[in-house]
Amino acid sequence: MHASAREDAPRAVVSLRGIRRRFGRVTAVDGIDLDIREGEFFALLGPSGCGKTTLLRIIAGLERPDAGRIFIDGADMTTTAPNHRPVNMVFQSYALFPHMTVAENVAYGLRLEGLARAVIAERVREALALVRLEGLEDRRPDALSGGQRQRVALARALVKRPRVLLLDEPLSALDARLREEMRLELSALQMRLGLTFVLVTHDQDEALSMADRIAVMRNGRIEQLDEPEGLYERPRNRFVAEFIGKINFFDSILEEVDEEGLRVVLPGVGPLSLPVRCLVTERKAADLALGDALTLAIRPEKIRISRAGDHADADSDLFGGQDKADVRLTGRIAEWAYYGGISHMIVEATLPQSGEVRRISVVFQNAAKETVEAFDIGDAVVLSWPASAMIVLTS
Amino acid sequence: MKGVLLMKRRRDKGGGPVLAPGRAVWLKGLVALTILVLHAPIVVMMVFSFNNSRRNVVWRGFTTKYYEQAFNDPALLEALINSLTIAVISTFLSLIIGALAALMLWRFRFPGKGAFEGAMALPLVVPDICMGVAMMVFFASIGWPSHLPWPLSLSNIIAAHVAFSFPFVAVVVRARLAHFNREWEEAARDLGASEWRILMDILLPFLKPALIAGALLAFTLSLDDFVVTFFTSGPETVTLPVKIYSMVRFSVTPKVNAASTILILLTVVATLIATRLQRPEETARAEMAAQGGGQG
Repeated sequence: MHASAREDAPRAVVSLRGIRRRFGRVTAVDGIDLDIREGEFFALLGPSGCGKTTLLRIIAGLERPDAGRIFIDGADMTTTAPNHRPVNMVFQSYALFPHMTVAENVAYGLRLEGLARAVIAERVREALALVRLEGLEDRRPDALSGGQRQRVALARALVKRPRVLLLDEPLSALDARLREEMRLELSALQMRLGLTFVLVTHDQDEALSMADRIAVMRNGRIEQLDEPEGLYERPRNRFVAEFIGKINFFDSILEEVDEEGLRVVLPGVGPLSLPVRCLVTERKAADLALGDALTLAIRPEKIRISRAGDHADADSDLFGGQDKADVRLTGRIAEWAYYGGISHMIVEATLPQSGEVRRISVVFQNAAKETVEAFDIGDAVVLSWPASAMIVLTS
Repeated sequence: MKGVLLMKRRRDKGGGPVLAPGRAVWLKGLVALTILVLHAPIVVMMVFSFNNSRRNVVWRGFTTKYYEQAFNDPALLEALINSLTIAVISTFLSLIIGALAALMLWRFRFPGKGAFEGAMALPLVVPDICMGVAMMVFFASIGWPSHLPWPLSLSNIIAAHVAFSFPFVAVVVRARLAHFNREWEEAARDLGASEWRILMDILLPFLKPALIAGALLAFTLSLDDFVVTFFTSGPETVTLPVKIYSMVRFSVTPKVNAASTILILLTVVATLIATRLQRPEETARAEMAAQGGGQG
């Protein structure tokens, strides 16, 4: 159902059909169908223990599935040993051979192919140039920095010219700054080579910033497979909505539904009208029945925050003048985390009808120094957002 | 007691911070005393091997004639050759059996593994004398042929030596295997290596320092073993330690000192060769493995 096998879609380089893998009583991978397209940067994203690494190892051949089939380039490779698969892996620990130099590490896979010495030397040189490691050929892994090791691991896998490059949490061992740098570099490398990359990560930023498509996994299943923007703006369920980025949930009840839109009651706030495009789950508007419990959600950066009593901001001015602030809550700033470019605030907002206090997550762009200085913890503020900025989840 | 402890980083990478003794005089004194007690007797023995006196109690001038005598004594020479032959063969066998045992215990799970491990470690703790008596009884009861031509006549001693030295090899190799990253193996396989190539290209080079350390242990254990050898050797199969013992029973001449010095030199040379065989960076790791594992 996730694999949209449209005829104009690019050819799948890796196809998984009904893959299942158990470890004792734990089901690590629970029936996965997946097509990874030629030349795409694909990410498997999920919390630890969701089965993403197992799935990657199954593609590599380091793990055998209990059920299901794996096709690489259309050939059934379910029982093919890893050393006979046209895929290569960058390991989480990099797994550089400590007794070999950088050049020997990179050359190892080619030596096993029995290539001529001159050919190996040339391809090793090329691979090291690709990851910008010229001049370090004779170093041993323990004399390299983390970032350099990472590059050697990349070169060692790329030099084999695999059909698919598998990356198992490749950036997790690097410090934040280097991670950022390697992210950009990996993306650039993937585009330059036009090679299919499959990345495993638990870091949503990593997946969002690098991948063309992302499969969000939980308990051995794919919760949603989409492009980064789709995952963020149209999460199919609460798990995905919460796992990717921050989000505020409100329970609500459906009051009216037609082709135009939905009318819901937000308890404590009142009735709201939403366009039908806010409904992002698989269930279509026609499937909904009056009185159904729905979850309304709003991303923190889509909420406007202003000082209470400061009415200089006209509603028409907000949100490009198209939408008006359908929801308006008053509250005070309870917590404030300053990140430089943005501030993340927790506002304790009072629902106007019920008087119930809700903690609402708000992201505030520090666009002008003065506005940052204008706010402080404890300040009374007004939160407002247009109903159309919300998404409707049925689960 | 107020010694200033200076933190000093070792030059080579990999080594942790090293404590300099600073002005801790008592510590230096303790070290000096330990060295004196441990090594002074050996130095005295070596010096007196050059003593020009049959009684060897008082220093009567320098001579090398007892070395000449030692090397011209066919019985002593035969014992030396026996010792070296036994040491080389038993080291070779211990290395193979010990390494394989370590690999098996590291790699596989099987019923009775714990019991097997315990039984394998027994020779490390069983007193030599018990081991010797057990070996003697064992060889007698199974009727091991005793009048074989050389070097087969050494086979029972070699078997006994392998029995007590292979666990040392296994312990050292296992200590090193504990630091083996399974992802190396997977990476090699991912790059196209077969099981055999993984063994040759990844596992064995990784184990090399432990194998050298283990071989060294086995070699020196075998070379200077007296007790077990004494119980298993026949009248025709005398080793150097056994021969020296029988010489001492008559009188302690400088010839005994000379023979003992040769034995020590053999051990030292073996150690030096083994350390040379390893690259400097690997030496430290091998030492760690040897210390972590078997204190011979």
